[in-house]
Amino acid sequence: MGSAGRVVLVTGVSRDLGRRFARSLAAQPGVARVVGVDAMPPRGDIGDVSFVRADIRNPVIAKVIVKEDVDTVVHMSVIATPGTAGGRNAMKELNVIGSMQLLAACQKAPELRTLVVKSSTTMYGASNRDPAMFTEDMGPRRAPRAGYAKDVAEVEGYVRGFARRRPDVRVTILRPANVIGAHVVSPLTSYFRLPVLPTVLGYDPRLQFLHERDLLGALRHAVATDVAGIFNVAGDGVLTLSQAVRRLRRPTVPLPSFAIGGVGSALRSSRVTDLSPELLALLTYGRGVDTTRMREDLGFEPAYTTAEAFADFAAPLPVTGGRTERVLARAARALPDPEQVPSVLPVPGGAVRG
Amino acid sequence: MGDAEIIPIGTRGRPGRGTGTQQPSSAARGLAGSGRSGGSRPGGARSGGPGRQGTEKAPGGGGARPPAGDADPAPTAGDRPPVVTADREPRGGIPASDWLAALQHGAREVFGDEWELQLARFLAFLRRRVTGDYEVDEYGFDREVTERFLMASLRPIADKWFRVEVRGAENIPADGGALVVSNHSGTIPVDGLMTMVSIHDTTGRFLRPLGADLVFRLPVVGAVARKSGATLACNEDAERMLRGGELVGVWPEGFKGIGKPYSQRYKLQRFGRGGFVSAAVRAGVPIVPLSVVGAEEIYPLVGNVPSLARLLGLPYIPITPFFPLLGPLGLVPLPSKWLLEFGEPIRTDEFDEGAADDPMLVFNVTDQVRETVQQTLYTLLMQRQSVFR
Repeated sequence: MGSAGRVVLVTGVSRDLGRRFARSLAAQPGVARVVGVDAMPPRGDIGDVSFVRADIRNPVIAKVIVKEDVDTVVHMSVIATPGTAGGRNAMKELNVIGSMQLLAACQKAPELRTLVVKSSTTMYGASNRDPAMFTEDMGPRRAPRAGYAKDVAEVEGYVRGFARRRPDVRVTILRPANVIGAHVVSPLTSYFRLPVLPTVLGYDPRLQFLHERDLLGALRHAVATDVAGIFNVAGDGVLTLSQAVRRLRRPTVPLPSFAIGGVGSALRSSRVTDLSPELLALLTYGRGVDTTRMREDLGFEPAYTTAEAFADFAAPLPVTGGRTERVLARAARALPDPEQVPSVLPVPGGAVRG
Repeated sequence: MGDAEIIPIGTRGRPGRGTGTQQPSSAARGLAGSGRSGGSRPGGARSGGPGRQGTEKAPGGGGARPPAGDADPAPTAGDRPPVVTADREPRGGIPASDWLAALQHGAREVFGDEWELQLARFLAFLRRRVTGDYEVDEYGFDREVTERFLMASLRPIADKWFRVEVRGAENIPADGGALVVSNHSGTIPVDGLMTMVSIHDTTGRFLRPLGADLVFRLPVVGAVARKSGATLACNEDAERMLRGGELVGVWPEGFKGIGKPYSQRYKLQRFGRGGFVSAAVRAGVPIVPLSVVGAEEIYPLVGNVPSLARLLGLPYIPITPFFPLLGPLGLVPLPSKWLLEFGEPIRTDEFDEGAADDPMLVFNVTDQVRETVQQTLYTLLMQRQSVFR
């Protein structure tokens, strides 16, 4: 927190959220410079952000941190989808090895004051033994054995280790709920963009969303404030999957839980979307996180509730279903509006009944 | 058809139907009414003409309306216009206005005199459901669907089938958090559902049950449980709900209570580690003991198939005197008479700070609750005249 303003290093700027966060951070007062790091150049406009092409899996990152006099590192490079990184192995390497290298580099940077890590509520898992609302002190009921959830759990473990070794650095871990928004590409958003949604028969999970703007806001807030700790970040309230799908007006195909795995792999091989085991668990059991600490300790208030964030996401999507709704709307037009009806309704032929 | 000619079956006597002659059959001749003028008109030519099929059709078609045939030929008997479908009464029969009237009448029967308004309200409700425009709380509790469907469908069962009688409802706090602790029995957790309905109907509050993780593993059951307000029986959820001022219901016996054999009826099983007590003590809410009599007899459990249960991952596979034997009919619960007695609340807000972590105190309170429930059960059993009355 030097007087000239802070120098912030942001990892993972080749992805859309990382790039936009770096840009919005550069415009913040009190931030002198933002250095964006990624193995790939960002696709869009990065504005005032200076981009350094470096792989965080490589010790070169330590030199970047020292050379640029970085005092704040925002680690956003823990990715949920392999995407451009390649397969699952490349993703795991980027997540775990990349984080280890980054933390090792941070440890050697004496100027470093703040580390903000974007984790995910995925690390809580989703099972039938889950409490309704996870607080930050709770862990997953079953330790994740594979996939993104395991990566996230391991990364958080390393970050906690780093916090022990460098007590002078303020470490903040944000666990955002499923981020949703028009620009977000994640397993869950691509699931909701399917024209017909496969669901798990007989389950109606609770979901929580965080609007992409709120994610950026929370990260900016975490950089600006001086509160350390682990915080869940989610919009208010929950939506059940059936509610979300009805608001989307998209038809669903309920499939028994044993069949949906096959559909998932078919969708994966056709590159439509990736119904990963974590996503399937979420679509079966759902998850809720408690955000009391976010409000009271971190002092961040999301602008969108879960329902509003979802409505904002759903608005530009074309409607592929909703026939029942239209039929009902037509029938309702023929009837008086129950909201504004005179107290005594003239009933035609009411005398018949006396 | 009073004047219809009687035609002997078979082909004896006069040429009857379908004898292959060039003439129309006798039935057709009889129906034509006034003699043999058939040849001149097209209808007659058709019926008299080519074949058996035609001759058979003609009487069939004409026979349906002999009065019309008799009345029509008045002007000139020889030149009767052919009877076409349009001349008859419309076959569809019921005009649209009649349909509308019938619908209105039906709607009035169902919704009463303000049927339009009621129907509009119902449609608005349906639209709200279909568009997902309703609220659920953080546990997934859907108040609207619980009130409108679950409670409405369970209420007749509670009132008419089990004739649930509630005693001591004044012991349930009107507001604020409270923990209702009940005995558990009946092979299937019907007692939980009936308690929910009874509490809602007597106090207007919703009981939020704590369910085993098995409930939430099962499809449909888990989803319905969440919608009706249940959540997982764990300390975190219990405490959270109690602090939120909810009326929480817990059945500490769990599967040991619900799946005990009939011979051990009304014998309370172990109350676990007393986790419910520590949750109540932490939240500082009263514990209301509830004793349910009658639930034990609905499905008398006489046997179990442990190996199959283990295979399916269930705690037990019930065998009742009727269940696998009568098939689905065996699933109908016996109509026992139910008594629900709520005991005096046990206050927990007087304990010190760390009382919830004091195992001695927790066990003491647990035992106190257990004893209260057990004693009330015995008293109620003494008062009961018979199982079904």
